[in-house]
Amino acid sequence: MASESSTRTTTSAGARRPARMTQRQREELMAYLFISPWIIGFLVFTVGAMIFSLGLSFFSTDLLSSTTFVGPNNFVALAQDPLFHQALRVTTLYTLVTVPISTIIALAISLMLNQGVIFQGLFRVIYYLPALVTGVAVTILWSWVLNPEMGLLNGFLRELGVPRAALPRWFLSEQWAVPSLILMSVWAAGSNMLLYLAGLQSIPTHLYEAARIDGANPWQQFWNVTLPMLSPTIFFNLVLNIIGSYQVFTQAYLLTNGGPNNATLTMVLYLFRKSFQQFQFGYASAIAWVLFAIILVFTLMVVRSSDAWVYYEGNRR
Amino acid sequence: MTTIKQAAPRRVLRRPAGYYVGRVLLYAVLLCGAAIFIAPLLWMVSSSVKPGYQVYAMPPEWIPERFVWDGYIEPWTTFTMGTFYANTLFLVITNTVLTLASSALVAFAFARMRFRGRDFLFILVLSTLMLPPQVTLIPTYWFFARLGWVNTMNPLFVPALFGAPFNIFLLRQYFMTIPLEMDDAARIDGCGWFAIFWRIILPLSAPALGVVAIFSATFWWLEFFQPLIYLNTAEKFPLSLGLALINTRNFNNVQATFAMTTIAILPVIVLFFVAQKLYIQGLVVSGVKG
Repeated sequence: MASESSTRTTTSAGARRPARMTQRQREELMAYLFISPWIIGFLVFTVGAMIFSLGLSFFSTDLLSSTTFVGPNNFVALAQDPLFHQALRVTTLYTLVTVPISTIIALAISLMLNQGVIFQGLFRVIYYLPALVTGVAVTILWSWVLNPEMGLLNGFLRELGVPRAALPRWFLSEQWAVPSLILMSVWAAGSNMLLYLAGLQSIPTHLYEAARIDGANPWQQFWNVTLPMLSPTIFFNLVLNIIGSYQVFTQAYLLTNGGPNNATLTMVLYLFRKSFQQFQFGYASAIAWVLFAIILVFTLMVVRSSDAWVYYEGNRR
Repeated sequence: MTTIKQAAPRRVLRRPAGYYVGRVLLYAVLLCGAAIFIAPLLWMVSSSVKPGYQVYAMPPEWIPERFVWDGYIEPWTTFTMGTFYANTLFLVITNTVLTLASSALVAFAFARMRFRGRDFLFILVLSTLMLPPQVTLIPTYWFFARLGWVNTMNPLFVPALFGAPFNIFLLRQYFMTIPLEMDDAARIDGCGWFAIFWRIILPLSAPALGVVAIFSATFWWLEFFQPLIYLNTAEKFPLSLGLALINTRNFNNVQATFAMTTIAILPVIVLFFVAQKLYIQGLVVSGVKG
């Protein structure tokens, strides 16, 4: 319809308006054409898949032979499933410890590096390198670092004089398995550090000058200038880290495969077991939706709290 | 884009003795921290060339008594390392090229064209960033399984055709910074929309495209979960699955495991050094201005 009218060439002033309209229409048509890859993907792989997944969570199915409608039974079963409770506990504990610790460490390193230290670039690289070692590589490396008999960490602890019997057995013991996962993640705090450093360096120096003229000591400058100016970056990272941390899988799968005695059974690992190892796709879909709900609630909580502590400069419209 | 500036030089004023104490403490903490962060990596690299007995030495030894290169040679014959690398390269290249093409086109429309529902659709793009992929995982798997694509590479790169929300967001933010007069000038010169995209906007957006390419390449270089789900024969395995295989099958030969892990992460580290500026800019765009 747009092309039909656009072929009409217009010369008179009176016919100008429809011609301009068609140019606008053509722009619109082209724009939809350009975003069509995303629209198709969104409809099929997001909306379609979400509806399908939500539907699946009310069935008991292996996606091949048998499919029976079970109503809300999957969710009822989840509420009573001790393994799911375990997964929920493990993942929440992991998130609640990992996210604050890596945030604080990243913040501390970036603040120190921002004090005009020499070799700042070199330090930055060293602290960031571990963040480049992802997934499989970090897990393999740490499976040796944390090896109770010949690992690097226990070697150091022994050097420090920790008696042999008191050395943690890390991922081989129920008690130390989750701390092992946490250690691995905190080691990669460098990616947040880079962000905070960039954020710190974009704080205008005149703010500090003004604070100094007002007689603020470094501590007051930190609380009243640095932290408020950095708070949007911290906030954004906090949200991303919580979302990412709830989806932890590779480390738990490769390091311990959920063991010992399900001490590291994370939610995505449980979902993986239920779906791709036990072929209970309905039940697994229910897990996915509960995971989604938790992430959503968590994110909304942080977003809600942001009014109280996040400072957006010049954003009061 | 904000670039990292060196911290402003401090004004030389009267410095109390406390200042120097603080400096010494600062460097001490920074050095200790750096040692802790780098130690596992150094240990891995040095262990990859140590003789076997020295790897297990307690306390840990850092300098190899003599260099043993077996770990770097053996896996190429006992495992199909070449195939793992070829598969990984295939995934990295297809995903990077496809996501660049699709995401840039979509981002261009969102950044520089006017159409009904644009703002609403863009909010939809952003909201999908929050969606954990596990929610759509099973239907997506079912879909690709119905197409007969299990144990093929297709499910691992075809989704890149549809643009990734994060990349669309990042590129759109950058495209918005280019003056709109550029488009008008090009249109007067007779450029259509695609020509504006291809000849004007893309060449001006090299840094943002570079950032997307780097993020995509580093993600796919060692991506584990999706290959794990879709692939089940070793000749299709990328490096990530290959490394996991070596780690489980090769328990007695820790040097080989370390050697293979070292050369697996080397390209990512080299890429970081080569493109450090882009890397940081990308992080800043995605995080600080988020």
